[in-house]
Amino acid sequence: MSKYPNLLFAGTALFAFLANPVMADKLGLGRPALPEEIAAWNLDVSPDGTGLPVGSGSVEDGEMVFSDNCASCHGEFAEGVDNWPKLAGGKDTLDRKDPVKTVGSYWPYLSTTWDYVHRSMPFGAAQTMSADDTYAIVAYILYSNDLVEDDFVLSNENFLEVEMPNADGFIVDDRETAEAAFWGEPCMENCKESVEITMHASVLDVTPDTVDDAAPAEQPAAEEVAAAEPASSEPAAEPATEPAAEPAAEPAADIDPALIAAGEKVFKKCKACHQIGEGAENKVGPELNSVIGRTAGTVEGFKYSDPMIAAGEGGLVWTDATLAEFLANPRKSMKGTKMSFSGLKKEEDQKAIAAYLGSFSN
Amino acid sequence: MSETSKNSRRSFLKGAAAAGVGAVAAATTARAQGTPDPLITEVQPWATGLGDGVDATPYGLPIEYEADVVRRNVPWLTADPISSINFTPIHALDGTITPQGCAFERHHSGAIDLRKEDYRLMINGLVDQPLVFTYEDLERFARINRVFFCECAANTGMEWAGAQLNGAQFTHGMIHNMEYSGVPLRTLLEEAGVKPEGKWVYVEGADASSNGRSIPLEKALDDVLVAFKANGEALRKEHGYPVRLVVPGWEGNMWIKWLRRIEVMEGPVESREETSKYTDTLANGTSRKWTWVMDAKSIVTSPSPQAPIKHGPGPLVITGLAWSGRGAIKRVDVSKDGGKTWETARLANPGQPMALTRFYLDTSWDGKEMLLQARAMDETGYVQPTKKMLREVRGENSVYHNNCIQTWWVKETGEAENVEVS
Repeated sequence: MSKYPNLLFAGTALFAFLANPVMADKLGLGRPALPEEIAAWNLDVSPDGTGLPVGSGSVEDGEMVFSDNCASCHGEFAEGVDNWPKLAGGKDTLDRKDPVKTVGSYWPYLSTTWDYVHRSMPFGAAQTMSADDTYAIVAYILYSNDLVEDDFVLSNENFLEVEMPNADGFIVDDRETAEAAFWGEPCMENCKESVEITMHASVLDVTPDTVDDAAPAEQPAAEEVAAAEPASSEPAAEPATEPAAEPAAEPAADIDPALIAAGEKVFKKCKACHQIGEGAENKVGPELNSVIGRTAGTVEGFKYSDPMIAAGEGGLVWTDATLAEFLANPRKSMKGTKMSFSGLKKEEDQKAIAAYLGSFSN
Repeated sequence: MSETSKNSRRSFLKGAAAAGVGAVAAATTARAQGTPDPLITEVQPWATGLGDGVDATPYGLPIEYEADVVRRNVPWLTADPISSINFTPIHALDGTITPQGCAFERHHSGAIDLRKEDYRLMINGLVDQPLVFTYEDLERFARINRVFFCECAANTGMEWAGAQLNGAQFTHGMIHNMEYSGVPLRTLLEEAGVKPEGKWVYVEGADASSNGRSIPLEKALDDVLVAFKANGEALRKEHGYPVRLVVPGWEGNMWIKWLRRIEVMEGPVESREETSKYTDTLANGTSRKWTWVMDAKSIVTSPSPQAPIKHGPGPLVITGLAWSGRGAIKRVDVSKDGGKTWETARLANPGQPMALTRFYLDTSWDGKEMLLQARAMDETGYVQPTKKMLREVRGENSVYHNNCIQTWWVKETGEAENVEVS
């Protein structure tokens, strides 16, 4: 089947000849990339291990690192919280209805996991994981999938020895042969004897209301969501509300608007887990309307860690000062908090975020 | 129709449309039969007073009466609106060019703020000289203008399980079509000098998702663009300002936004987005990978669930869009009876390679139910299949690449619904 390449490349070659500018010589634009610059950005890791830095991490360490950085969305056992991606399980489900695609059941290369964790995770704090922590997290994910024992240590040296169950589960796009029947002359008359409607979208009723934006779509049953899950990397889940960062409240008169604006930028680090403003709901973290002045651990419906509840019962009220102390290093200042966030080290960021949060407090 | 309008006629029309087509038809007829139309016989405010000055709107937005023509998302699809997707209001647009402001967005870590001054593009890997370009550098290379569609591989993905979403925007709105101005990727690769062992390029974005895809060098040297303008103006933030990749005919995930790095490599990276996602699992559990090309596809955009027939029987324009990742659209057929008989539609302009083509069927409606379908053919002779044909080859577990023929059930009232037919 050569319909596609022949036509496409013949067609575009002609196109190029007619319309593209002639570029015979180099223009000498740009400048040489320095080795330090290449090292900073050239982080991708290939299936053969190219790009892996020296390092190692154990399942045991990985359990801790995972718990601190990943479990709020992916679950303590990588089983996925609230339909955030499951990273474990799904063995032998690929040829069944609604297969469960996880690192263990689906991902063909371990390099992909390492690379993705290292460069793109955690959500909202990407590129903060050290090489050793990344090895540890990946080791723990392997353990969660029953692919290694609990005393396993993953390193750049044994990386390629790990066997991925679905390594041979992929074929290269074969549509031009497997779907060759789609090329041809179509029927124009008497193409079917009868036509019956077999399914109505209105029965499912999952279309967002486009007339009145305020009304959220009814939440479909879980299995319908699973069936409908699009491409999106991130899984179907509870209906989300409006984007978190819409500034809804009028800034309080005595707070510098520039500081609030700066705080809105800092808040980008928080948005992955917290919502604020009109319609804000509890997500991975509690909603933050009126957080300034609130007793710690008291948002209704949010499941706090025990230390956070205890702190509130002990009289902790969120003020600019107590918030700054907590945010500087959450896991140090409150051991056992669920909030897996490395912290706002800069005093100016702490002030800005307090001003921004304060603008949503009455 | 929740807003209250100062314009009473518009409110009336909108209310009538919501209430049903009959009312609109009756009102029109009544006016024609004798009562003079006050819109003509009375001097209207806009015909006597003054409008806005030229300093009122330095950058114009659509008039308020078009406020419902906006991107919409489907909240239950994703866990979070930051890593999510929304949909182009294709039911309300005409022609082929998608305005940037309502063109669908898909990001993995949110749409980032990246200034031109802070922009750097690196080419590294198997090249004679690794290079860093600034935005200004890119503007000094000879550039070209091309129109291409960008379709998410998941467009229509929710429909695999059956008719689910009531509206062309939601079933087919993960697509846009813009005129890009940019530098051929080939030019930049030649500036760095590709070594003979280089067979792939890995392209990567600057946002926190670090979204990256591997593209065969043959494609990279063929028609891929490093684009910085769309529809004549700077890329909008949500479309990758200041620089994005344009990969004609191939799935939207490869059109890296906030493009920061191009690495020439011997083999593919096999990144998350080309292994765990954007792969297609068949009935036997084996999965296709590298399914980059978007198959030929078409959709009737009007009438459709969000764009009902508001006028009663008589002249009717049926219109829609067709496209193919393999080349130009050659023909579009339309069926009013669910695929029993087909008639060939009029293409507004000859199909252009890997760009949206607008089609019209200028017809007369008898006021009876229709099962409306469109079927695209491209220049390779590929004919858009039915969902049944796709399922027979691919099984029931597909997520991406649903290019099946869509059916709208147009009722006698002129309203339309998304249905599946035998």
